[in-house]
Amino acid sequence: MPERRADEGRAGAWWRDGPPGPFRPGFWRSPLRGPWLTSVLGLALLAGLVIVAVTGLLSYAAYNPRLPGNDMTPGKGLLGFYLFDWPTRPVWLYRVTQGAHVVVGLTLVPVLLAKLWSVIPKLFVWPPARSIAEGIERASLVLLVGGAGFQFATGILNIQLFYVFPFSFYPAHLYGAWIFLAALAVHVAVRLPRAIRALRSRDLRRELRTGLDGTRPEPRDPDGLVAADPAPPTMSRRGLLAFVGGGSAMMFGLSAGQTLDGPLRRTALLAPHGRVYGTGPNDFQVNKTAASLGVGAADTGAQWRLVLAGAGLRLSREDLLRMPLHTYALPIACVEGWSTEQVWTGVRLADLARLAGAAPGSVMVTVRSLQRVGYFGQASLSAGQVADPRSLLALRVNGADLSLDHGFPARIIVPNAPGVHNTKWVRELDFRPERP
Amino acid sequence: MNRRAGRWRRAYGAGPWHLLLLAACFALAAYAATRVVAAGIWTGFLVWFVGAVIVHDLVLFPLYSTADIAARAVSGRSPAINHLRVPAGLSGLLLLVWFPLVLRASERNYKGAVGLSTAPYLARWLAITVALFAGSGLLYALRRRGKRTSRR
Repeated sequence: MPERRADEGRAGAWWRDGPPGPFRPGFWRSPLRGPWLTSVLGLALLAGLVIVAVTGLLSYAAYNPRLPGNDMTPGKGLLGFYLFDWPTRPVWLYRVTQGAHVVVGLTLVPVLLAKLWSVIPKLFVWPPARSIAEGIERASLVLLVGGAGFQFATGILNIQLFYVFPFSFYPAHLYGAWIFLAALAVHVAVRLPRAIRALRSRDLRRELRTGLDGTRPEPRDPDGLVAADPAPPTMSRRGLLAFVGGGSAMMFGLSAGQTLDGPLRRTALLAPHGRVYGTGPNDFQVNKTAASLGVGAADTGAQWRLVLAGAGLRLSREDLLRMPLHTYALPIACVEGWSTEQVWTGVRLADLARLAGAAPGSVMVTVRSLQRVGYFGQASLSAGQVADPRSLLALRVNGADLSLDHGFPARIIVPNAPGVHNTKWVRELDFRPERP
Repeated sequence: MNRRAGRWRRAYGAGPWHLLLLAACFALAAYAATRVVAAGIWTGFLVWFVGAVIVHDLVLFPLYSTADIAARAVSGRSPAINHLRVPAGLSGLLLLVWFPLVLRASERNYKGAVGLSTAPYLARWLAITVALFAGSGLLYALRRRGKRTSRR
């Protein structure tokens, strides 16, 4: 019966060649895809991801998670390790590392997209795995691609304060990072030799001199990246690399300004914290307004007192202004990547520790805020942070009283601490011996 | 010894180190997954993770490749295509990354935090888009003139 045999033939062809459409090799026709292009994009991505990963893990240490109340991921188990207490110098360290984490991450978005475009035929490769090894490796790619997308998406949405994800950012971004880094390390270990070989198969300088007329597909490869039936090129390889590189330059140029002071800040046209507030002493980036955290004039008026817990002392703002005041130019650097340096005047935390009967160098402090809602209503600072002479309970900024949105009547400024540890609207300092 | 290694390779498809590496990768990922469960966020985490696996290949890719095919169909085999593709791609990239600001999706949180409105971002994105297309168009005009004069 010829009809039945024809049916079997079709099923057999499906099994042998894959379902029609993207599973058939003829479907993918771009003449630019190939191991060389994928390797160039992959190695550029790898270089950037190393910076993003290292600065991300450093940011975990910057919160001093061993101090009470500081750890945003209390169930971290083995994944929250860090090797050292966060230092107070150089004062610009967190400004640089966290600025790099966010800006390099943004810069890599076009490279990541191009890399995913360059390997898309592999998603539909038929048969799905030719060996057990290949099957397991492809399963790990689910973690690699998912981890990359998850980390970039949560980070990018978080810096825009677009909290649509149904989980807290901190644990999700930390655990997502470990899943991604595990898969990335294995992917690099398995593929790097092949990537370097592919990179050597063509001369980059020659590729950059080749226009559309001279653009030919790469030689067919066993991985099936090169099209079986390539279409005539509409863009040269150098054109594609310039497209991706231009995208990266644009992402960088429109966001890096939020880590700078002065006129260059205005170049951050598409970054959440590139805004200009005005020219007054308090006209710089606000991270959380007083109104949004339930802090009003009633809490911060003449009846406000700073409580030194344990010592039973209550100080008014006038009392604090009568203490020795010190002035330092120090940056505020936010976990969201933006930063700014301002000139702060206030009382040394070390002097307040002495007033509370404690010896600076051996005591940490837990700082509590008037804020009624939201994260970081309290933060703990290490003995090293308390002892640094530049660590202040600031009362003034740039020569003027702090504005309400910048923490009036008093706020913490600690050199090199993440912004959220510079607690605003301080109501209580609780100095306690630090456990070694 | 050699024959055993060969038999392993034929059965598995790679050396034993390959399996070891991947086992370590899955072990670490599985441990991280237990932390996600302990944090009580695993359902949302899983949904977003699976979404992240497919978002490029099954959502973004069909969108931008369809747009590209349509643009090429309209322009025929005109050499101007890349002068359309590049500014459109870059503008789309900016929108993809910054849509919560540009489309004012995060207005409430942003205003509460920063104290300013997200209103200027749409105009900024549009201005950058216009500048990209204008720059690309200018470059195209200069190239055509260059070609014509060199032919002369």
